Amino acid sequence: MVFSVILAGGTGNRMGNTDKPKQFLTIKDKPIIIHTIEKFMAHPDFEKIIVLTPMMWIDHTKRIINRYIGDCDKIVVIAGGDTRNETIMNSINYIEENYTLDDDTIIVTHDSVRPFVTHRIITENIDAAKKYGACDTVIPATDTIVESIDANVISAIPERKNMYQGQTPQSFKAKELRDIYNSLTNAERDILTDAAKILVMKGKDVQLVQGETYNIKITYPYDLKIARSLIEEEEND
Amino acid sequence: MINTIYRLSAPRRFEIDFEDISFSDNCIVRPTHLSICNADQRYYQGTRDAKVLKQKLPMALIHEGVGEVVYDKSGTFKPKDKVVMIPNIPTADDEIIAENYRESSKFCASSTDGFMQELVEISPSRLVKLPDNINLNVAAFTEIVSVSVHAISRFDTIAHKRREAVGIWGDGNLAFITSLFFKKMYPDTKVYVFGINRDKLNDFSFVDETYLTTEIPSTLRVDHAFECVGAGGSPVAIEQIISYIRPEGTIAIMGVSEYPVPVNTRMILEKGLRMFGTSRSGREDFEKTVELYATHPEIVRFLTHIIGNVVEVNSFADMTKAFELDTRKAFGKTIMHWNL
Repeated sequence: MVFSVILAGGTGNRMGNTDKPKQFLTIKDKPIIIHTIEKFMAHPDFEKIIVLTPMMWIDHTKRIINRYIGDCDKIVVIAGGDTRNETIMNSINYIEENYTLDDDTIIVTHDSVRPFVTHRIITENIDAAKKYGACDTVIPATDTIVESIDANVISAIPERKNMYQGQTPQSFKAKELRDIYNSLTNAERDILTDAAKILVMKGKDVQLVQGETYNIKITYPYDLKIARSLIEEEEND
Repeated sequence: MINTIYRLSAPRRFEIDFEDISFSDNCIVRPTHLSICNADQRYYQGTRDAKVLKQKLPMALIHEGVGEVVYDKSGTFKPKDKVVMIPNIPTADDEIIAENYRESSKFCASSTDGFMQELVEISPSRLVKLPDNINLNVAAFTEIVSVSVHAISRFDTIAHKRREAVGIWGDGNLAFITSLFFKKMYPDTKVYVFGINRDKLNDFSFVDETYLTTEIPSTLRVDHAFECVGAGGSPVAIEQIISYIRPEGTIAIMGVSEYPVPVNTRMILEKGLRMFGTSRSGREDFEKTVELYATHPEIVRFLTHIIGNVVEVNSFADMTKAFELDTRKAFGKTIMHWNL
C-alpha cells in the first residue's frame, strides 16, 4: 500500500511578522496546505493521506480541510513529532496501528508548503520507491555551492555538475526507513536534516527523481509573492 | 489544486502557466496519450489569420486525447478508468441543433484550453470509458474517428437510399478513417477512394478500388461522395465530385480550408445535389465509435496503420519535437505519450 505523508510541522517563524504557520497562508483564496493535499487527492495510488501538524494546529487543519475539500475519509490529521524525522516516524506508527506495515508499504513524504508538486513527480516517486526502496526529488544546482565550515571562509567549492538541490517528495519503504532510523544513535539523529540522510548515512542507495524548478518551498515572504504571482498573474492582467 | 498548463503563446513557442482546479462535481483526468491534429498545426505554425492568433493565444493545444481518471466525485468513473475526452463542451440545451454545431458550445484547443495540461478538469458527461486492452495510441485519435462516424451517421439520414457506389476523395488520415468505417458500416456498397499519391492509396486495402485523381475512368459514377481533402486541394476535389456524382447525390464536405472555396453551383442545381458539412462530433458519436472499436477489433488493427511518430514528451523540447516531426510527415498521426 502507498501512503501520502504531508509534513505540516512548520510554525512560520521565517515568514516575517505573520504568526500563522505558512501552510495556512492562502494562494488564490485557498490555504497552501489545501492546494498540496488536493494534489495527492488527485492521485489514485494512495490508500490514505496522512497530514501531520503540531498538536495545537490539528483542529484548525481538520476544519479547513472540511471547509475546502469536504468530509473525506481518505484524509487523516494527526500530531507530528519534535523533528521532521520524528514526524515521519509518527506517520509510520499510524500506518502500523491502522493498516499492515510490511516490506512493500511505501510512504511519499511531502512538504505541505510545496503546492506546485506535479502528478509526474508523485508518480515517479512511487515507482522509484517501489523499485529501489527510496528516492529523493531533486533539481540540478544552478548556482555554485560554496561550503564554509566556520561561516567565514570557503572550505570547499564542490563541482557544480555533481550538485543538486533537494526538494520533496522523498519516498521510502516505510518499514526499512523506520528500522534504520531506530538503529541510529542519538548523535547520528542530531545531524539529520532530512529523511533521505537516514539511509545515506547507512550506505543505502537513494534514487534521484527529477523535480521541477517551480516546485518551490514557500518558506519566506518572497516565496509567497512568487507563488502568488505564478498563479494569480492571469487575474491581475 | 495548482495545475500546470502548457500553452502555445506564439507560433512555435510553448510556455508554462498555472491555474487553480477545484474539486467540484467535475472529473479530473490525467492525460496519457495525445494526438496532433492539423488544426493544432495551424496554430503551432501560425498559419491561422493573424487576428485569430491574437485572439486565441495563449492557449493549450490538442483536442484529441485519452487519459486516466484520477478523481470523480460523481462516482460515474472509477479511479484509473481509461477514458477518451470529448473536446466539445455544450453550454446550453437545444432540441434541434446538435451539441457540436451550437454556437454556444465551446471546443477545446479552439475556444478554450486543450489537453496539453498536467491534469484536465472535465465534466463526466465529456468522458467515454474505453474498452480494456484497447491500443491507446489508436484511442488517442478517437476524436477524428468520431468525426468520420458522425459524418457517416448524418449521411445515412440525409442521402437517398441508393448506395451502390460511394466515392471518397482524399488519401490522408481523414479519408483513410472515413473509408474504413464506411466500408464496415456499409459492406454492400462499393467504396472508391480518389487520391494523388499511389503509395498512400495502396494502404486503403479494405476498399473496393482506388484511383489517382488524374486517372479516373470517364464512365465511373458514384451515388454519393465524401470530400476529405481540405486546404488547397478542396476546389479541385469538389469539382471532380460534382462531375462524377450521379444526380440527386449527397456530398459530405469534411476537409477544412482556410480560404473560401469556389463551387460549381450551376452543376449542383442541374444535378439537384445536396451538400452538408461536418467537422466536429458529439457524445453519441464518441460512444458509437468506442462501441465499434469493441465489436470490430479489426478496425482498431487497421487504424494502427496510420500511427506515424510516437514521441515521449518529458519536456518542452519534446513538445516541439513532436510538432516538428508532425509537420514533416507524409501520412499518419503523431502521438505524444504525455509524461509531463
